[in-house]
Amino acid sequence: MLQFDLKKCGLRSLNSALQEQKEETNQTSWEVINPKGSHSIAVGIDAPIEVNIKGSTGYYCGGMNQQANITVKGSVGPGVAENMMSGKVVIEGDASQYAGATGQGGLLVIKGNASSRCGISMKGINIVVHGNIGHMSAFMAQSGNLIVCGDAGDALGDSLYEAKLFIRGSVKSLGTDCEQKEMRPEHMELLKQLLSEAECDAKPEEFKRYGSARKLYNFNIDNSDAY
Amino acid sequence: MDKRKKSIIPLTTPRYSATFSNDVNSDIRRAAATGIYDIRGGGAKRKLPTFDDLLFLGASISRYPLEGYREKCETNVKIGTRYAKNPIELDIPITIAGMSFGALSGPAKEALGRGASAAGTSTTTGDGGMTPEEREHSTKLVYQYLPSRYGMNPDDLRKADAIEIVIGQGAKPGGGGMLLGQKISDRVAQMRNLPTGIDQRSACRHPDWTGPDDLEIKIQELREITAWKVPVYVKLAGARPYYDTTLAVKAGADAIVLDGMQGGTAATQDVFIEHVGQPTLAIVRPAVKALEDLGMHRKVQLILSGGIRNGADVAKAIALGADAVAIGSAALVALGDNDPIYEEEYNKLGTTAGAYDDWHEGMDPAGITTQDPELIKRFDPKEGGRRLMNYLKVMTLEAQTIARACGKNHLHNLEPEDLVALTMEAAAMAQVPLAGTSWYPGKPGTSY
Repeated sequence: MLQFDLKKCGLRSLNSALQEQKEETNQTSWEVINPKGSHSIAVGIDAPIEVNIKGSTGYYCGGMNQQANITVKGSVGPGVAENMMSGKVVIEGDASQYAGATGQGGLLVIKGNASSRCGISMKGINIVVHGNIGHMSAFMAQSGNLIVCGDAGDALGDSLYEAKLFIRGSVKSLGTDCEQKEMRPEHMELLKQLLSEAECDAKPEEFKRYGSARKLYNFNIDNSDAY
Repeated sequence: MDKRKKSIIPLTTPRYSATFSNDVNSDIRRAAATGIYDIRGGGAKRKLPTFDDLLFLGASISRYPLEGYREKCETNVKIGTRYAKNPIELDIPITIAGMSFGALSGPAKEALGRGASAAGTSTTTGDGGMTPEEREHSTKLVYQYLPSRYGMNPDDLRKADAIEIVIGQGAKPGGGGMLLGQKISDRVAQMRNLPTGIDQRSACRHPDWTGPDDLEIKIQELREITAWKVPVYVKLAGARPYYDTTLAVKAGADAIVLDGMQGGTAATQDVFIEHVGQPTLAIVRPAVKALEDLGMHRKVQLILSGGIRNGADVAKAIALGADAVAIGSAALVALGDNDPIYEEEYNKLGTTAGAYDDWHEGMDPAGITTQDPELIKRFDPKEGGRRLMNYLKVMTLEAQTIARACGKNHLHNLEPEDLVALTMEAAAMAQVPLAGTSWYPGKPGTSY
């Protein structure tokens, strides 16, 4: 394992070293110490490596990740794993706003709570939150799955497209064009698999599914109150 | 007797209301019939103060001209010199503005790349991601980073020669977009990760940052992902050019793209296009002032767009302080958009060549703003690219002609002192004297 002291070496040096790793790298295990809330840690990686960050980070940790498994032993600022393509990002603590925003693939696990706009405009990513999520989560979410073991705040899934939302606890309110849907066997199977990958012991049958009512998919003046 | 009296009462001619003109009434009838606001493409169509309201003075005894065709007048520009390891070097200061694959057909995007590359300049992606054809045919490609993040991915980001963070667009400052289902072909849908045939909304705000402090962090992230190699532009609508330019520079932009309300859009509400924003002429001086106040003029490059049509517009924009311009609508016209050869078909669509702006409906007879495979076949990207190259070269020659006449051996040596204004409005906006005077409204040390 290679240890990287962010305080001593600086952000550019860290990201440069991580981004240089290729598919066949032997340097597969990295530890980052002294993150001290820095922004843009471990962004733009494209290699199957493990990165353990010991402490809390600022904005956009793990942004646009491809292939890497990134673990943060702390909490993260806004936009963790934004536009992630593949790989896995695990947050031991809480996440601020826009967690997993526009993510296109991979798995984001937040073991604490996630703030507002979790999964905003998500485009294929899977997000599992062990705790609660804030308001306007999954706003304009296009595809992928958002699984929340706790409660959801106001306006869940507003202007939702094809993403699936699974909430175990209460939903303060649903956003425009978001509705509760039937849980079918394939959804139970999907939940079982993602909960297992996220090391979460919640049971699939405890969740409710929410999705798009698809009333806003093509403009209709009779729905103008919703625009 | 009564009959004769009646016959000599003069009849008044039918009188149209200036307030309720035929245009206005047709809008009212359309709204009443459809229940939908009018959506269209393009920029502001209303009459606005423009660069046509400015004139160059040319040379005189105190300033001697350069010999046309003999003495050089350079046109090159380097963009992104502030932080980027690899700034973009262009042969001409006229770039192609961002227009999406989706709004435009694949061959139209290819033609933009071909024409821009042949003329030695850059082209720009749009709200829909980067297509392989576009990358292949564009020597220098600017990758737009938009609120929707449709098609956004780090592989394409790293292939780009510059990144343009889009905050606003002159046609619709503060507005998002809507690509109607008619244009959402399988390929467009796949690139945007949405079902085929549904309306695709583009958000008006970025999903993962708000405000200038966040923007600074976002720029840092993009630089980290691209190893600080490529320039990061920030595109702004010309709403509050002084403050927005100041904030974008403070946030770390390498270049500012500033778009006035004549700048086009693929589709938005007509009421938005015509009633929100500022004319291009009005926004350039406040932006230049912001750069000067920060000591960043010519260090952070200013690219002006919105209704740029010819070499005179280019020269005037540069004389007022811009480093380069961007063209969108004009480039489409060069490709063949609104060409009278399709007049019969425009008529069938209820319009006429030169006025066609229902680009969102995907029925463009010229095969440019469409995803219809049959219409697309009409457009030859090689021929389109050739036409665009010709047009860009003509614009450049025109700008050089003016610059030489003003005694400048580089377009960037043009200055406000080379200009006068024909109207009070233009004088005030451009801050150059009203023709025949040494005064303009708001000139320091004068009162009005």
